[in-house]
Amino acid sequence: MVYYFKTYNHNQYKKLNIMSGNMNINLKVWRQKNGKSQGKLVDYKVENVSPDMSFLEMFDVLNDRLINEGKDEPIAFDHDCREGICGSCSMYINGRPHGPNQGVTTCQLHMRSFKDNDTIVVEPWRSAAFPVIKDLATNRSAFDRIIASGGFISINTGNAQDANNLPIAKDNADDSFAAAACIGCGACVAACKNSSAMLFVSAKVSQLALLPQGAPERATRVLNMVAQMDAEGFGSCTNTGACEAECPKQISLTNIARLNREYYKAQLFSNEG
Amino acid sequence: MSKIDSKIPAGDLETKWTKYKSSVPLVNPSNKRNLEIVVVGSGLAGSSAATSLAELGYKVKVFCFQDSPRRAHSIAAQGGINAAKNYQNDGDSVYRLFYDTIKGGDYRAREANVHRLAEVSSNIIDQAVASGVPFAREYGGLLSNRSFGGTQVQRTFYAAGQTGQQLLLGAYSGLQRQIGLGNVQMFARHEMLEVVNIDGKCRGIIARDLVSGKLERHFGHAVLLCTGGYGNVFYLSTNAMACNVTAAWKAHKKGAYFANPCYTQIHPTCIPVSGDHQSKLTLMSESLRNDGRIWVPKRKEDAEAIRNGKLNPNDLKEEDRDYYLERRYPAFGNLVPRDVASRAAKERCDAGFGVNKTGEAVYLDFAFNMKYKYGKQVATLKHITNPTEAQLTEFGHEVIKEKYGNLFDMYKQITGVNPYENPMMIYPAVHYTMGGLWVDYNLMTTVPGLYALGEANFSDHGANRLGASALMQGLADGYFVIPYTIGAYLANEISVKSISTDHEAFVEAEKNVQSTIEKLFAVKGTKPVDFFHKRLGKIIWDNCGMARNVEGLTKAISEIKALREEFWNDVRVTGEANDFNPELEKAGRVADFIELGELMCKDALERNESCGGHFREDHQTEEGEALRDDENFKNVSAWEFKEIGNWDLHQEELVYENIKIAQRSYK
Repeated sequence: MVYYFKTYNHNQYKKLNIMSGNMNINLKVWRQKNGKSQGKLVDYKVENVSPDMSFLEMFDVLNDRLINEGKDEPIAFDHDCREGICGSCSMYINGRPHGPNQGVTTCQLHMRSFKDNDTIVVEPWRSAAFPVIKDLATNRSAFDRIIASGGFISINTGNAQDANNLPIAKDNADDSFAAAACIGCGACVAACKNSSAMLFVSAKVSQLALLPQGAPERATRVLNMVAQMDAEGFGSCTNTGACEAECPKQISLTNIARLNREYYKAQLFSNEG
Repeated sequence: MSKIDSKIPAGDLETKWTKYKSSVPLVNPSNKRNLEIVVVGSGLAGSSAATSLAELGYKVKVFCFQDSPRRAHSIAAQGGINAAKNYQNDGDSVYRLFYDTIKGGDYRAREANVHRLAEVSSNIIDQAVASGVPFAREYGGLLSNRSFGGTQVQRTFYAAGQTGQQLLLGAYSGLQRQIGLGNVQMFARHEMLEVVNIDGKCRGIIARDLVSGKLERHFGHAVLLCTGGYGNVFYLSTNAMACNVTAAWKAHKKGAYFANPCYTQIHPTCIPVSGDHQSKLTLMSESLRNDGRIWVPKRKEDAEAIRNGKLNPNDLKEEDRDYYLERRYPAFGNLVPRDVASRAAKERCDAGFGVNKTGEAVYLDFAFNMKYKYGKQVATLKHITNPTEAQLTEFGHEVIKEKYGNLFDMYKQITGVNPYENPMMIYPAVHYTMGGLWVDYNLMTTVPGLYALGEANFSDHGANRLGASALMQGLADGYFVIPYTIGAYLANEISVKSISTDHEAFVEAEKNVQSTIEKLFAVKGTKPVDFFHKRLGKIIWDNCGMARNVEGLTKAISEIKALREEFWNDVRVTGEANDFNPELEKAGRVADFIELGELMCKDALERNESCGGHFREDHQTEEGEALRDDENFKNVSAWEFKEIGNWDLHQEELVYENIKIAQRSYK
């Protein structure tokens, strides 16, 4: 389970930092015209890559070249903020979501993490619930529908009480914040052999369960979100911990335990159960 | 040149908004169900507006180009959000927040709007906390605050370095709730490419489904543009890659005036450029200036030795360092407003004191406060009376990690340098645009029924925005302003039935979009879109960036005109129109940026004064501070589009009845 990845990561990281000077990189990139057509891995060589480049900047360089050559369309991939917070970027790099380093998104991965003449395999997220749109871009709207099913506090705009009327113990506030750090990128699903979305769902359930504001809807929230998660076709959780190991925001597995607790409690004691 | 009416209600500043919102026309609930509102953009302004309007009963459609509304760029705001709560008992008040914002904006913002913003600031915090936003708290369970630039109170609420993320996800969860309830229809991966006006009123949009490439027509009794700023005109900025001016620009070409386009904010603390491959710049939050001290070496030879790698900055003695902000601005020190801090960094680097290979970087150093502020505090708590230097560093390290951990990690990830052991290197970068679509007090543009909210409008920050005020404005507009002010317009629209999208105005608008797309493909040139974007960015950065002058701006205008010609003759757009095609999206956006770039330079050229982020080298004091010309320029420049490269200038006089305008001083 997890430990294999951690060790692997550690060794690789050590090797990396000694690299300097520009490098040549061999890419094998998943190309797929659209959701209906078949895809395949295509080889590209990118030369003179600076170690200071981000992984996506290397793709920019490659895409500019593809446009100039006029033979192949540029590679489609989702990306936006390029500072690790929007959750758009989603590349499966050498068999790992967001690549070799822990706690970072693809856009924060830099080429200094690779060495000259490395071969890098880049694929989209693999999950039936995240169908491919084109090349490396997938449809992750299932996550939005899960939030719409219960990932909120039902309060309308206006007339909220003074924010300091309800003190929240710092530890609870901190734990809630740690769960809320989830960026909804889907790496947890991509990492999971079952394509389970438990880490994502548990992060939102935990964030709101830990706050007094979230208490009134605690039971309905968890029941509805889990039902929606199942309806979207995500798999079950078998506690391998791959999601935690690959999460760029290092969302803790403890949240899944909390989700299970919330779920059983809701089933046993709430009217909806 | 004509004067324009901002429709500011009469009466005392303090009671203006309260009275106005109690008297603005209402729409009764059964009529609301028949009124449709199109919201473009799903950031703080868009999400909060759509949610609040849907709760009221309006039929709302929301459009965003990202794959999910949760990814809008508000998510990347780091430092915090201001509110005049005075929880710290340090003398804050609505008036003080209002005053700081007007002064921070160098007396170029509208009094009535800014006061309203300050008034609702407290409600925003209440609303956010009630919807589950996990702000930082103290051990007693109450909310924590910190300081930001341009103020002397602690009024900034925050969630580590991820305040924007937490606020956006809060607003997004409200939006998802309304989507689940069927009150909002969501269109992700859709880009607005045209507004549709019928009989002088805005009645809808043309959007492109970015997955299928299909053009769609959508009717609305009103359209809200919540589409952010235009900082990406510079190519390199802290904006997300796809942030663009297209929605605002299409509206501008259909009659909405564009105000103060030359007011752009260059943020002082960003990670410096590392090479030609650079695709974007990363901000290091202003909150770091609470504990980081900015310096360069006092002597040029030391700066050169550092640049050549012969001297480690940690070894440079205290007396050989120039803490230039503390030296020049003793009252505010490292917490001067952004425009002032950026210019000061540029001044030192231009004078040869820069500390990285390119000579365009200064230090942001935490060592002093890590050891002597926090290290000592912790040592005292642990009852260690004579702590060693190593102990102080160790203790302080933990405190700094808790406060700024994610920012330090991000810095290390990007630069490969550990900022706990070495001072950060920073340089100013484009971050925010104060200019935007001109709006009246109701947030309506010059096209009836077309509104602009958040960074997309121009109204609240004058010529320079204070830190932690963007999140405040986005949410104020969406949660607390538009739900009231839109009534002033929609109350008169209740008898208007939904207009069929077969109407000739929709057909015509769709045809225009179609022909622009065909034109882009038809060029079949030799250069990728980014090639033109980079060149445009360089022209604007060099001539309409941190310092501007007549000669540079004049030259820039002719260069941009030439670039526009070249773009339309030599751009290569690959792929097809009816397909998921990011290159086509970029091409359309860059074409609009080129047109906007010309207007920015024109605006900067016409404004013969310096104010806030607009610094004209020919208008400065002896100490190198911005020199305003209140007699001639105490106004808003609002540009009316005539044809490409040709605009008419209108002005809105700014009236200061409650604040005595003065030269801005942070000394």
